[in-house]
Amino acid sequence: MRYEAPTTSSEAAALLAAETGEAFVLAGGTDLLVRMKNLMVEPELVVDVKRIDAMRSIEATTDGGFRIGAAVPGIEVGEHEALGRAWPGVVEAVQLIGSDQIQGRCTIAGNVCNASPAADTTPALIAADAQVEIVGPKGRRTLPVASVATGPGKTSLAKGELVEAILLPPRPAHSGDAYLRFTPRTEMDIAVVGAAVSLTLKDGVITAARVALGAIAPTAIEVEAAAAAIIGSKLDDGAIAALVAACSAACKPIDDKRGTIEYRTEVAGVLAKRAAMIAFERAGGSR
Amino acid sequence: MSGVLVTTTINGDAVQFACPEEETLLDALRDRVGLLGVKEGCGTGDCGACSITLDGRLVCSCLVLAAEAEGREIGTVEGLVEGGKLHPLQESFISHAALQCGICTPGFLVAAKSLLDRNPDPTETEIRYALAGNLCRCTGYDKIVRAVQNAAKEMRTAKSA
Repeated sequence: MRYEAPTTSSEAAALLAAETGEAFVLAGGTDLLVRMKNLMVEPELVVDVKRIDAMRSIEATTDGGFRIGAAVPGIEVGEHEALGRAWPGVVEAVQLIGSDQIQGRCTIAGNVCNASPAADTTPALIAADAQVEIVGPKGRRTLPVASVATGPGKTSLAKGELVEAILLPPRPAHSGDAYLRFTPRTEMDIAVVGAAVSLTLKDGVITAARVALGAIAPTAIEVEAAAAAIIGSKLDDGAIAALVAACSAACKPIDDKRGTIEYRTEVAGVLAKRAAMIAFERAGGSR
Repeated sequence: MSGVLVTTTINGDAVQFACPEEETLLDALRDRVGLLGVKEGCGTGDCGACSITLDGRLVCSCLVLAAEAEGREIGTVEGLVEGGKLHPLQESFISHAALQCGICTPGFLVAAKSLLDRNPDPTETEIRYALAGNLCRCTGYDKIVRAVQNAAKEMRTAKSA
């Protein structure tokens, strides 16, 4: 195995593009090193991106959004006060990942690119309408987070491409987001279902909303019908019932040791309802 | 020979070692540097027995490549002792019998110190969350939590004295 720690994204992309064997990006390493240990992968090349300045910080962007570098660990996301005020749902999704030890290493970009259907940050980022900024041999492009994972462990990134940053859009006044997941334990567990809601209010009425679910399909999904169910409402009981029904209808889960199809389908609606109520309250709404 | 030469700082001392590219920092600390306080439990980031600090952040050394340590600052349980004197957390673990077999203890000590560095007066709940990444199959955790509470109290008293 070769280990490289380039200092620019284009150098990293060139290394990945030129490698004929199995090549991996190393950000936090909390997934990659486990797979190496278990011999699920035997890389020819590992490209450590933590020495690339453009990937190491959280910046407020000129449009009022945020740019989170792909090598920023979870603990730094949790410590960023302005980010936490603007996007509390995204930050709580990050903080749900693993222990303090894992938080010291794990990255949002890694969570998204690992492409687990149960990734915690992905639904929160989809609800937030986040994009990933990708660098590759042919230059730069941006892609909605929902378009990164194409199935369990699979992404739409081409050979030589890597994520440089996560982009969160500017936040209008009276907006709120929330992410909830269900796990049998309080800590250190993988989501049975995850639900994220982001919404904006005007005069107490929801004018914009996005709803996303995790662990109920091969990838996290946006549920447009659930958002449509609450837009134009003050999150009254009728709107909530329609949101719950739309979320359950969108579920295409598997049966496994963490939950049955029926259970996940039911819980998706319950979690989306609770997340919507938290997001609504954070936006300043009252029911 | 292929491999990497790593120059790093461990518990304040400059250290240099050579190792294969795929070697974890856990293995390098144990087998190349001889710091046997760093334990391997699961090797997959679940148990926390290999906890160290890397540039001041608590991490599992089994999930770090040794090559990544180039130019970084590493802290291990061996660094808790100052001038031959055990750290208050170590004294407290002994006086509270917060260990039985002992393999998880270095990881708990490093994680507990990382918590107290950030938060000198944690609640019981904060301690339990902060130590959620460290597994102990002997003690049932209660004595560990009490030992950390006691050490925190003693360290606050010593600081204000």
